[in-house]
Amino acid sequence: MTLPADQAVGGQHASEHIEAIRVDDLHAFYGESHALHGIDMTVYEGELVTLLGRNGAGRTTTLRSLVGLIPRCTGSIVINGQQVVGVPPHAIAHLGVGYCPEERGIFASLNVEENLMLPPRVAPGGMSVDEIYAMFPNLKERRKSQGTRLSGGEQQMLAMARILRTGASILLLDEITEGLAPVIVEKLAEVLTELKSRGYTIVLVEQNFRFAAPLADRHLIMDHGHIVATVAKHELDEKQAIFDEYLSV
Amino acid sequence: MFADIFGFPPQVLFGQLLLGLINGAFYAVLSLGLAVIFGLLNIVNFAHGALYMLGAFVAYFLLTYGGIGYWGALILAPIIVGAFGALIERFLLRRLSGVDHLYGLLLTFGLALILEGTFVKFFGASGKPYPTPAGLQGGVNLGFMFLPWYRGWVVVASLVVCLATWLLFERTKIGAYLRAGTENPKLLQAFGVNVPFLTTLAYGFGVGLAAFAGVLAAPITQVGPLMGSNLIIIVFAVVVIGGMGSIVGAVVTGLAMGVIEGLTKVFWPEASATVIFFVMAIVLVLRPAGLFGKTA
Repeated sequence: MTLPADQAVGGQHASEHIEAIRVDDLHAFYGESHALHGIDMTVYEGELVTLLGRNGAGRTTTLRSLVGLIPRCTGSIVINGQQVVGVPPHAIAHLGVGYCPEERGIFASLNVEENLMLPPRVAPGGMSVDEIYAMFPNLKERRKSQGTRLSGGEQQMLAMARILRTGASILLLDEITEGLAPVIVEKLAEVLTELKSRGYTIVLVEQNFRFAAPLADRHLIMDHGHIVATVAKHELDEKQAIFDEYLSV
Repeated sequence: MFADIFGFPPQVLFGQLLLGLINGAFYAVLSLGLAVIFGLLNIVNFAHGALYMLGAFVAYFLLTYGGIGYWGALILAPIIVGAFGALIERFLLRRLSGVDHLYGLLLTFGLALILEGTFVKFFGASGKPYPTPAGLQGGVNLGFMFLPWYRGWVVVASLVVCLATWLLFERTKIGAYLRAGTENPKLLQAFGVNVPFLTTLAYGFGVGLAAFAGVLAAPITQVGPLMGSNLIIIVFAVVVIGGMGSIVGAVVTGLAMGVIEGLTKVFWPEASATVIFFVMAIVLVLRPAGLFGKTA
């Protein structure tokens, strides 16, 4: 039996098919420019879904819409059962959303530990500081350093680590491997595998298909503000042509 | 009994130094409030002088109509005026948060004119006396100069408030929010912090500092509608010299400029009214972001 692409989901928790995020006909605007043209997507609890596409395809805008950072949005975004279009960002976070922005957003006026402790708890059951330091030992060593004095890789670890503390169950990660050395990218793949096994729901914006392919349950391919294709993990070979069409530069 | 220093009797020199330190204490507390407000709202609060004046007037009203003296006023006036500031932010300034910061500046400038005009209309332009609190009358002869207790208290109280504000910013969770909110308010909000509310609090706090300075000033300068407008121009120069939005910069520069102004009164009295602006011009040319500002 073959499931339709949208239902061919993986992950141990995904079988329950609880919708963590459901987006219908989402349009987003920056001033005069129309960045998203009617996005429909569903992410199930425990799933790891990537948004793939070229620069400017609308992947980052989609993530920013989910956390309420695009002031002009129309359509519907339901997160953990709650409509969030028009809801202020701080209220969306408290639905259990953790956001790791593309530019990492480490605060220069805070040290590593203050950066780590900054995001307020949004739900019970976040990782403890000890668990986080066990996962990212470098951060523990450098906890008194100014946040922006860390290397790029360490800053990325910190940007991930600080949303794991908050109890967020939905992680929105934007280009976490961008510009990092292969050894760090490998470490991030390990971390994502670990997080997935703990049941986190993860939406990953990526350029690096090799990094994303083995981790993700599904890939959503974006182009010009549309989702143009959905490829489940088991379809990677048969649908290779789609990746060639939309991802090759 | 004491030898002259650089040809000036020590009483003159130390007297002006103390006067400079007191002025510097006011500059420090006022520019500190401006720095807090600038950090989160990105506007130069032109109403700051008028709110300082309002602090002094609230102390005067509390005494005249409520029988509440100086010490009560020192606590109550900053809270009352700070709450008034929070309302200004919530219902006026917040509406301008999406547009050019110049509009916020114009709004606060207009508010200052309205507040000062209203008080001139009802109370006249001249000052009303406010008594020095009973415990702080008189002074002590230090040998080289006479130190009025109240003036010493002003310097100490200002320094304590500046230190407390610094501790609040550098050592507490809310301070971490304020620092992060100054850097990247959108991301902080996406983490789940109610940044609009934090902004209202920051404005209220900055305004409360202005009112605190107003109460401190009341026994020295008398309480008059224009007491703030005379002072605020110098405070803006101090903020420019120190660097916009820097907490430490505001305090250190405030005190330093007061002292420089005091010393200039001794060595070249005619220049004392302009020396701070002269320093400002030099700093702007050599280090446009200010002495403690971060060059973007």
